[in-house]
Amino acid sequence: MNFDALFSQLGQHTIDGLSKGAIYALVALGYTLVYGVLRLINFAHSEVFMVGTFAVLGAWTVMGANSKDSLGMILVYLLVALAAAAIASAGVALAVERIAYRPLRKKNAPSLVFLITAIGVSTVLMETFGYVLDRGFSAFAPGTWNGFGRPFGRVIAGMPTVVAQKPLLDLGIFTITNTQLIVIVGAIGMMIALDVFINRTRLGRGVRAVAQDPDTAALMGVNKDRVIMLIFVLGGAMAGGAALLYGLKLGNTVFDVGFLIGIKAFTAAVLGGIGNLRGALLGGLLLGVIEVYGATLTQSNWEDVWAFAVLVVVLMFRPTGLLGESLGRARA
Amino acid sequence: MIAMAGCQSAGPDNNQGSGTCGGKIAIFGAFSGGNAGIVTPSRDGAKLAVEKFNAANPNCKVTMVEFDTEGDPAKATPVANQVAADQSFVAVIGGHFSGESRATMKTYEGGGLVMVSPSATATDLTTTGNKAFHRVVGNDDSQGPAISNYISKVWKSTKVFVTDDGSAYGAALANTVKSKLGTAVVASDKVQEKQADFAATIAKVKSSGADVVFHGGYVREAAPLLKQLRGAGFTGKFIGGDGLYDAEFAKAAGTTESEGAIITCPCIPSDKAKGGFNFASEFKAKFGTDPGPYAAEGYDSATVLLDGFKAGKKTRAEMLAWVDSYNKAGLTKTIKFDDKGEVDAANVVIWAYTVKAGQVVADQEIPK
Repeated sequence: MNFDALFSQLGQHTIDGLSKGAIYALVALGYTLVYGVLRLINFAHSEVFMVGTFAVLGAWTVMGANSKDSLGMILVYLLVALAAAAIASAGVALAVERIAYRPLRKKNAPSLVFLITAIGVSTVLMETFGYVLDRGFSAFAPGTWNGFGRPFGRVIAGMPTVVAQKPLLDLGIFTITNTQLIVIVGAIGMMIALDVFINRTRLGRGVRAVAQDPDTAALMGVNKDRVIMLIFVLGGAMAGGAALLYGLKLGNTVFDVGFLIGIKAFTAAVLGGIGNLRGALLGGLLLGVIEVYGATLTQSNWEDVWAFAVLVVVLMFRPTGLLGESLGRARA
Repeated sequence: MIAMAGCQSAGPDNNQGSGTCGGKIAIFGAFSGGNAGIVTPSRDGAKLAVEKFNAANPNCKVTMVEFDTEGDPAKATPVANQVAADQSFVAVIGGHFSGESRATMKTYEGGGLVMVSPSATATDLTTTGNKAFHRVVGNDDSQGPAISNYISKVWKSTKVFVTDDGSAYGAALANTVKSKLGTAVVASDKVQEKQADFAATIAKVKSSGADVVFHGGYVREAAPLLKQLRGAGFTGKFIGGDGLYDAEFAKAAGTTESEGAIITCPCIPSDKAKGGFNFASEFKAKFGTDPGPYAAEGYDSATVLLDGFKAGKKTRAEMLAWVDSYNKAGLTKTIKFDDKGEVDAANVVIWAYTVKAGQVVADQEIPK
């Protein structure tokens, strides 16, 4: 193993890992919020993120975004893309809740049914983007789908570069680039906002109440269905934010982009303690750093092995994750 | 098999009725999916050949049935079973990728069918003694050395970073390039298929001081890798094999990022196609796009079989024998298969293509 490569640039690898993990953490929030309230793993959340990346691609393509414009315009590109992605992702998350989960909940379906429904919805969304955007428009109505210049979806699609990567700060032990800084600061900022929302506001109190005891919360006048819709919207909006940062940092998307990120984000949520917002942040950042360290020590195709080995070891000693489960239930 | 070459002397006969001449061939490959861009031109080349043949021989109708495998061996296997069981199929064009060819050639051999591949290049496909498999392109034994020649002779680089995606195609190509370049390879990394974030790889490239990055693999990983390399300030050169010969590569990597990237291919530029007619313009007139990678090779694969129909071959055994003894100039090269199903290595040329303003254009024939 190449320890020299790791330790000679440890600071750099840490920054690389944090900016990678920040995106996992944002997506992990969606899993954790839903799990905290419903005790349900929403496997369709990976596709909520995927839809967000396509919204970012669409917004930037339509606006003709590029990195040569003025700072003000770039800010506009970022904000419009953030709005588009957050609305698209939150919309899809909400639709999934209304169409796939709520009818089952009304019938008190066993949790296994939710699980398979989640996987089914995930596949439907993924293949919709993969096939409809690729084959569908060109096969059924040739030449009609020109919104983005060509049919896409199954083929990896490049996004316009909106922020040209530049070294921003060179501290000797590491160099942080402008995009890395935006990703890390943006992700942590969004998470703090969510944390404040859940812990300090009236609606957030409702969320915690339903997480703690749905029946009692209902007796106290909390509308359970509204709280559930709220958490799907919040999780979706965070996934939309993650999609923007992903587009900014990596600049590509494809119909199954959510699959791997979804698994990693779910892992991050479990690592930090599923149901725990701060745990998702810790788990995500940690997972990103472990992956980059592992890939540097060995080879990039070993990064998943490292990530899951650490997960297994952590769960052996702390079965509820690093910070434990707590969206209301364990701590409040 | 060679002993059956006498069948050839039956000669062409255009005046047979439709019941006695013509037949059905199957073509399979990744006609949709992430790698379709490097396969559909070959299919369209074959389509063009079939349509021209049918127009010229109204009494000898040949139909070509397409089977989309997305390049996935698991999806190619049921197709192979279906085609082998359906006796109306006389021959097969494919596979387009090495993995799907390897997975299905036993099935086709069992059905007594002949396969003519326009673009499957893995070396080991012809070393197993399989009777069905033939290909009209060179194998990775010719592409790998050509890539290393380009790096060492044209670019004269001695600091090369090699990555691959671990696939049957990418890893094999990267290994050949590594062994040919020897000490010029300063470091290497293996990425995963569908990987999106290449931060660790890029850190390795930067600390190795390499001025050339070679990637063995397909567009899905190569495009984001190149884009992120450029984003991180890598100013060196980028080269990859025929897996990157896809207009989508430049689009996904970005026009500025991909400018000057080199893509090698055992396929010839379409304007270099021989055959006494303007292949490139006929292709463009029919399909509306310039012929891409392996378009002429696809045309050649179909022509080998069409000539067989014209010579009155109607059964699988006759067609297999016909292909084994075939010897005729095609668009791309003289097509004559040795007993393993390979064309003569002396006729195989590897071309370098470069990305210019988002378009893949011919650069030069790589010196041997």
